[in-house]
Amino acid sequence: MASTAGTAPVAVDAKPDTGRRRGRTGYLLILPGLAWLVLFFVIPFYSLIATSLYDPNGSDFRGYDMTYHIQNYWTAIQEYWSPLLRSLAYGAIATLLCLVLGYVLAYAIAFKAGRWKNLMLVLVIAPFFTSFLVRTLSWKLILADDGFVVDLLQTVHLLGEDGRLLATPVAVVAGLTYNFLPFMVLPLFASVDKIDPRLIEASHDLYASSFVGFWKVTWPLSLPGVVSGTLLTFIPAVGDYINAQLLGSPNQRMIGSVIQSQFTDANNYPIAAALSMILMVLILVMVLVYVRRAGTEELL
Amino acid sequence: MAAMRGTIHPSRWGAKGVRMVQGQPGGRGGLSRRGLLKAGGGVAFAGVSIAALKLPFFSTDGAQQDPLECRTADLSAEQRELIVSNWPQYIDPRKKATSTLSVFQDRTGISVDYHDDVNDNAEFYAKVRNQLASCEPIDRDLMMLTDWMAARMIGLGWIQPLDPKKISNVHDNLIEPLRNRQWDTDLTYHAPWQSGLTGIAYNAAKTSEIRSFEELLTRPDLKGRVTLLSEMRDTMAFMLRVVGADPDEFSEAEWGKAIDRLQEVVDSGQIRAFTGNDYTQDLAAGNILACEAWSGDVIQLQFDNPDIKFVAPEEGLSLWSDNMIVPNLAQHQANAEEWINYYYEPEVAAKLAAWVNYICPVEGAREEMEKIDPSLVDNQLIFPDDDLLKTTFDFMPLDDRQTTEYEGDWANVTGG
Repeated sequence: MASTAGTAPVAVDAKPDTGRRRGRTGYLLILPGLAWLVLFFVIPFYSLIATSLYDPNGSDFRGYDMTYHIQNYWTAIQEYWSPLLRSLAYGAIATLLCLVLGYVLAYAIAFKAGRWKNLMLVLVIAPFFTSFLVRTLSWKLILADDGFVVDLLQTVHLLGEDGRLLATPVAVVAGLTYNFLPFMVLPLFASVDKIDPRLIEASHDLYASSFVGFWKVTWPLSLPGVVSGTLLTFIPAVGDYINAQLLGSPNQRMIGSVIQSQFTDANNYPIAAALSMILMVLILVMVLVYVRRAGTEELL
Repeated sequence: MAAMRGTIHPSRWGAKGVRMVQGQPGGRGGLSRRGLLKAGGGVAFAGVSIAALKLPFFSTDGAQQDPLECRTADLSAEQRELIVSNWPQYIDPRKKATSTLSVFQDRTGISVDYHDDVNDNAEFYAKVRNQLASCEPIDRDLMMLTDWMAARMIGLGWIQPLDPKKISNVHDNLIEPLRNRQWDTDLTYHAPWQSGLTGIAYNAAKTSEIRSFEELLTRPDLKGRVTLLSEMRDTMAFMLRVVGADPDEFSEAEWGKAIDRLQEVVDSGQIRAFTGNDYTQDLAAGNILACEAWSGDVIQLQFDNPDIKFVAPEEGLSLWSDNMIVPNLAQHQANAEEWINYYYEPEVAAKLAAWVNYICPVEGAREEMEKIDPSLVDNQLIFPDDDLLKTTFDFMPLDDRQTTEYEGDWANVTGG
């Protein structure tokens, strides 16, 4: 009765008959998940690949011929390498800022917050109760040219007389950092909170300074949180284009808006699909390398 | 936007999918797991094969349809209903008993299902493309789209011809400058809902007068405090004028010159952003000093802030309209035609214009406006006189190759 997957190989040796039946149960159990994957991943993915190989001279009027036009990829890279690199750079900077801010916050919530812990966690999630767009638009008000932030920075001469924050890379990266911070804090908190404080005490007993204690005990133990937090931040941040569109100028555009405008405005489906594929592969490779080096494969 | 979301999510699953294949340890359960993977692969392959029959692996046909074939029986006589899609804030408040829409419902007995779900021409196109391209209903009877998009849809055969007898008011009352558009010369498919002018707006309290588009692009005191419109045809019409070309008819070389000029201006940091309607907030908040603007928006801004001025630039004004069109397979075309005819009665048109403040396309509405709001009668931006209309220009219709190419150039310069 207690037939679990773990005992399956033993059962195969003893009685091939029941083993087959158990094997079949396994297949059946995986069917819903598989169907889901096929429907929502395999088919759209396949359609995207197909689109990226269409004849670039096609249009809605003439239709699109499948010419296996692999050069679409080359064209896409040649024309759009700069927003592509810019997206990766903005995403990386925003992720790094999120990590620094998020780590301090997660550490404080886990170890120092005491009875405020739950309240602080709720506050981290609270921004999700309003729309992403509204939150980003309100940054436009905060960073406005006549707003108090710009005024303050001008008074302390960090910003020139006609300096501004909106429509600069600073605003875009700040927007990205703000919007994706909760994705960093939550996984970080989950792993920092699990650390046994006695381990840190033990490090002090062994004459480790606070810093060495942190570096040798807390940091390594929180690595799973760091890795999943950075992934959850970096991947969507690279593809984001709302921040660049609302807070940046045309010189800060990111690859997301290029793909969007190629799809909807230019109706250049092959190039848009090729760009999506390139972005996907780039992120995939970077994530794989990163996870390998961090030695936390089991996270994926 | 939807397209973009679609590209992010698969990447996450991509990561997972690859790990699944690579990361299987050989251990005790190895054999059965490998079998499972094989089975999974088999199912996936079968899924792909099935999809290949439906999905466009080998090519996609053109999206063109024949409106005379792709149509359905008109249920207007039995079903007194009408489904309308329009831009937000583009009709007088509908709930009021005296509103143009309420009066229409009372008079005809047609109940109107009104949606303000058109925010962007290209976005709306993406929303209805797949249905209309394969002759499937989009569950709308009437929609309002801007000239170039209406032209594209008519060209694709997605729009039903209107019965000229049922919309006689349109043929009688449409103002002269909006007749004979190149893409539908005899009003077979469309009737303008509202028209507007594209020009320049500036904040007179903060900057000196601006007279031309050229000034907007070059004056050093405006650097980084200027926005242009993200509608390609609006902005490029002016750029073509700036380089001395005619937007009604221009060559490939002239287009190249205009787009290069725009690139220079963007590189110089003069332009803060390319925007839709949201330039109004930036102008009111003082983030920008001047911008390319739509006439109706500026009138509404002036109610709150009289310092905002609208200028007809030396290069001229761009005249456009949003047009009522009936998509294929609409079930209530006759009701839609009643609506169109109703809104071309001068009295109704004046009532609408008094609220939306765009150019009224109906002859005779000006006289009716005397009774509603005399202060608007002499407003050139609602009832422009012939002298002003003489300076207006239109944007030449583009074929599909030009559309892809020019929109691509445009997206490259503006950041989409």
